[in-house]
Amino acid sequence: MSETAAQVADTLAVKPIDQAVDQPITAADGTPLKVALARATRKAKWRAFVLVLPLLLFVLITFAIPIVEMLTRSFYNDAFSANMPNLVAYFEDNEIESVPDEAGFAALAADLKQARENKTIGVVATRVNYEVPGSRSQFTSAARKTKKLEPPFKEAIIALDEDWNDVRLWNVMQRASNPISASFYLAATDRRYDENGDKVWVDKKRRIYIKLFVNTLLLSLGIALICLVLAFPVAHLLATLPLRYSNLLMIFVLLPFWTSLLVRTTAWIALLQSQGVFNDMLVGTGIIGDESRMQLMYNMQGTVIAMTHILLPFMILPLYSVMKTIPPTYVRAARSLGATSWTAFWKVYFPQTVPGIGAGVLLVFILAVGYYITPALVGGSTGQLISNLIAFHMLKSLNWSMAAALGAILLFIILVLYWLYDKLIGIDNMKLG
Amino acid sequence: MKLKTLFTTTAVSAAVMVASSAMAGEITVMSWGGAYTKSQTEAYYKPWEAETGHKVNSVDSDNPATPIKAQVEAGNVSIDVADIEYSDAIRLCDEGLLEEIDTSSLPAAPDGTAATADFIEGAITDCAVANIVWSTVFAYDSSKISGDAPTTLADFYDTAKYPGKRGMRKAAKANMEMALIADGVAPADVYSVLETEEGVQRALDKMATIKDDIIWWEAGAQPPQLLADGEVAMTTAYNGRIFNAAIGEDKPFEIVWDGQILDFDLYAVPKGAPNKELAMEFITYATATERLAAQASWIAYGPARKSSADLVGLFNDGKTEMAPHMPTAPANMKTALVNNYEFWADRDSELSEQFNAWLLAN
Repeated sequence: MSETAAQVADTLAVKPIDQAVDQPITAADGTPLKVALARATRKAKWRAFVLVLPLLLFVLITFAIPIVEMLTRSFYNDAFSANMPNLVAYFEDNEIESVPDEAGFAALAADLKQARENKTIGVVATRVNYEVPGSRSQFTSAARKTKKLEPPFKEAIIALDEDWNDVRLWNVMQRASNPISASFYLAATDRRYDENGDKVWVDKKRRIYIKLFVNTLLLSLGIALICLVLAFPVAHLLATLPLRYSNLLMIFVLLPFWTSLLVRTTAWIALLQSQGVFNDMLVGTGIIGDESRMQLMYNMQGTVIAMTHILLPFMILPLYSVMKTIPPTYVRAARSLGATSWTAFWKVYFPQTVPGIGAGVLLVFILAVGYYITPALVGGSTGQLISNLIAFHMLKSLNWSMAAALGAILLFIILVLYWLYDKLIGIDNMKLG
Repeated sequence: MKLKTLFTTTAVSAAVMVASSAMAGEITVMSWGGAYTKSQTEAYYKPWEAETGHKVNSVDSDNPATPIKAQVEAGNVSIDVADIEYSDAIRLCDEGLLEEIDTSSLPAAPDGTAATADFIEGAITDCAVANIVWSTVFAYDSSKISGDAPTTLADFYDTAKYPGKRGMRKAAKANMEMALIADGVAPADVYSVLETEEGVQRALDKMATIKDDIIWWEAGAQPPQLLADGEVAMTTAYNGRIFNAAIGEDKPFEIVWDGQILDFDLYAVPKGAPNKELAMEFITYATATERLAAQASWIAYGPARKSSADLVGLFNDGKTEMAPHMPTAPANMKTALVNNYEFWADRDSELSEQFNAWLLAN
């Protein structure tokens, strides 16, 4: 009996589990539901992935890879190390403290000869010329004459050009023989290596980049604030007017937004130059004399005016989209409870527009920091931004490593500011539209 | 027998060449825009298209040398021929960014002088062939100047005597030389002075005396516009642009030749150009004696071949004699300075950096 009871208990206890193990819930085709479900979701996931794949590849190929490739150049430059193998080997074994002996010069002669044959001497010369200005022709002309060089090479090469007997040049070559270097970051922050390899500031007259970074950030912040002051009432008007008026006004905001940047910039030149419409009007009405025409273009004012105008829609649109969602009843309620119009605005209305303000300021600021065409056209000498110098190194001096270092620093500053913004205001609070 | 074989191979290869060139191709030529591109279109592109059936796709840039490095490094070259300055030609060639040009393919002068002897000294390099000699000069609007007309570079810097803004190219090159000449350095000594720290400082200091009055330009078409708008009283400019505004458009502009900086413009082929063969053919065609002379009837730049000089006649208005307007005319050459290309290939980046720093300093 007890046996039976035990048996029953046993069966009762075990059976449901047994059943679950032996006969799992299955799909219609007999495969376990869990497996079928996983398969189905995997399929859906794959389909979704395949759909976004073109965009992902596009972004990867046209955006991510080029940026990584470009940023790599800021610390990696193998122009010297890849083309001067003998010297690289020599520098590995010998620390340069004074002008080297015959062995070093023999390596130099062999490399110059090789570089001449491979047509890479220009690349090498350019790399060294970044740090020792004027050494370019020293390399190219020495390379042209290497065929006639006879040992002892030290005397022969120094006879070509006394500057080969300069320890600074050899220091630079040793540093350049390592493709990874901080030289470009140093240069991008107005510093350089001195004869002993210590980091020092460049001559005061040549300091330019730090000042320009600061200028760029201040100018961009200024432009963002001017945009905010100008855009706030406009956005408010747009959000509160009856639809048929606000639509018309919206067209006035969007029309310039759709117009080409160059057209708008040149229009500002025509308006504001010293013989332009604005000055003509002032002179015509006798407000100012013909000799005292205002210089509004080709300086910082020009940059600020043109950029404010161009970036204004980027402030109006996020503000508008936020203000549109604020019920007018809140302000009315505040007024009816006795708040003055200022208190109602400042305590009730304004706090609700903060997500729009945050988005607009951040958007305008970041766009302004990277602006380049407008300051180039109307900035003259005082209205230049760091991006103009990056463009200069990309296009004119062809020192891409320097451009990359400047770009990396700018990117870093923006990321820090973005992080700060997230800490202070919170990025989730941002509303772009 | 051997001679016959030689003839046959020559004939066959000639036939192949004719056949291949008979297939209409298209090349992209990048130049400096405005009146200058126009002169090349009339003198080179159009006749070449008419004779060969190929097409020239003309594009412009503020400086055609600048896109070359980016295009070659990215392996995406779209320019077949670029019109570039001397120091850029040397620099890009040294860095392996240009194709080499076979100078033996350049046609001889009509009198049989070999091309290498016919071109002005230095006009042919490993990777580029010059088409014109141009110069940076300064010019003024004579209707706005009362009293003595400016005659020297020192007058350009004299804002007390000649009030008004000054236009200058936003670059170190040519400005620094002109500043030194204005400061009293003899043209022959300019580069030895500019090689020293003090010399560079002296040039910058000289420019600083009028810094607040300078309006900076970047594209060659801007200075005539700045003068015409009355934005500047005087401006440095490429001499051909001023000539075309003055003679071609009847503007009251005058060129001052004192301390002009002479330079070559050269044709070069970027490494990996999509239509390299055709590009070489084009250069051979465009730099022949009569083509170079023809360009001079469209803009006041001197042809790079000696044999072209005699063929230079009238401007395309049919009445203006071109010879006295050429930068190479003896009367204009008295205080001229020939741009030292090696100096600039060496020091362009350094001086540009100092120039930029100076520009930004207040």
